[in-house]
This record gives sequence, structure tokens and C-alpha cells, in this order.
Amino acid sequence: MDPSLSTRTVGDRTIVEVGGEIDVYTAPKLREQLVELVNDGSYHLVVDMEGVDFLDSTGLGVLVGGLKRVRAHEGSLRLVCNQERILKIFRITGLTKVFPIHTSVDEAVAATD
Amino acid sequence: MATVELRFSALPEHVRTARLVAAAVARRAGVDESVLDEVRLAVGEACTRAVYLHRSSGVDRPVRVVLVEDEKKFSIEVGDEVPDTGSSSTGAEGGTPSEEAEEEGQMGLAVISGLVDDVEVTSGEAGGTIRMSWPTTTAAVLP
Repeated sequence: MDPSLSTRTVGDRTIVEVGGEIDVYTAPKLREQLVELVNDGSYHLVVDMEGVDFLDSTGLGVLVGGLKRVRAHEGSLRLVCNQERILKIFRITGLTKVFPIHTSVDEAVAATD
Repeated sequence: MATVELRFSALPEHVRTARLVAAAVARRAGVDESVLDEVRLAVGEACTRAVYLHRSSGVDRPVRVVLVEDEKKFSIEVGDEVPDTGSSSTGAEGGTPSEEAEEEGQMGLAVISGLVDDVEVTSGEAGGTIRMSWPTTTAAVLP
């Protein structure tokens, strides 16, 4: 089952809308998308995870990899997520301290630090 | 004691199947609905780790998942057939894909430990096993 991925630009931010299940099989597609964006010069990413049904550690690894890549260009990677079951995975791995997590795309786009 | 056993080739696309089967059997066994997400995630993590171990070690045998419905608990055992050599693979330089995958494997174990209260990870000459269990609803209501 493929994840759905779409991108759009708001100012200097690139919004990546992710949907479906992100696991060991589908995470490489998200990784490719993030790598491609950074290679094309998009260094301020907002990953909208409101449409994500399932996320495992492979997905977390891809997001951490994305964060490393944008930081190498002094960029940022912000997440949008309100789903408790997804947020729980970020909490138990301590990644809530690593990623800025927002409740809406608007809030993520407006954030500066 | 009722058992469902699943064997699948160590391919990433089959991990989802294992998650779906485990969640279905757990629901039938009486695991609380609110815990099913955890069961799904934990079994997925365990299978992902086993798939990675088989693929990185060139083991072409299937990954084994055993789902056991007991009176008071529901248990899952995910077994790989990669012998514990006492040392991790070498030769990987920083940031290589294999190292990233290994880091993800470690994160998988962290997720399992954070999610599941009753978990046991063992490894031996015949391979490794992750055993996890959850109380079933009938057990939870007992004094």
C-alpha cells in the first residue's frame, strides 16, 4: 500500500502532505521525496502528518534523516500532527524534543524558531 | 490455548500483513480495543527488525510469528533465524544506509520497550526471539 505524498509551497516553506501507512515498505518513498526536495534547494520543510494512519520507527528514521539533511543547509523540518497514537511514538522515543510539532500547517508556516 | 502461526519471506511488503493478522487475532482474543494500536505497532517493529536481520545476513528462510491466545493473556513471539555472533556487522562507515537501518532497528526496540510492559528479547545460536504479551479483557476485569 503506497503512501500518498504531495508537495506545495507557502512562502519559503515547502509543505509535504503525507497520507497512509509509513512503515518499512513505504518509508523509502518518503525518504526519496525528502532527499529530492533538499537536493532541489528546499531547506524549510513542513511535513503534514494529519493523513497518516500508521507510523513506525522506520518512518521516524526517515524524518530524522530529513532533519539532518535540512540542518546541513541551516534549514528546518517541522511536523504537523494532532493524532494521539502518532504523537505517542514521538514521545516514547524522545523525538518530541527533536522535532517542533505543530497543530496546524498555518501554525508551522508562521513559526520562526 | 489457541495458536495462529505465520511465516513470511523476509520482505518489507509482508510486514503489513503480519500487523493485520496480529491485530485481527488480538481482537478476537479479547485484547482491549484501546491497546490494539500498540499490538499492531509492536508486532510491526519486531517483524521489521527480523526482516532487516535476515536480509542483512543473507538468511533466506522465513520470519516466524506465533500468536497465542491464552486464558488470561495474548502473546506474540517473533523469531528470526540469524545467530547471535556476539558482534555487530563491521565495515559500515558513518551515515551509510546499513548503519541507518541498524539505527532504525535499535529505535524499533526502543519503541517496543516503551509500548509493551511484558517483553523479552533473547538471542542465541539458532536466532533471536522477541516475546510480548498483553492481558485480555477477561483477565483485566478479574480482581
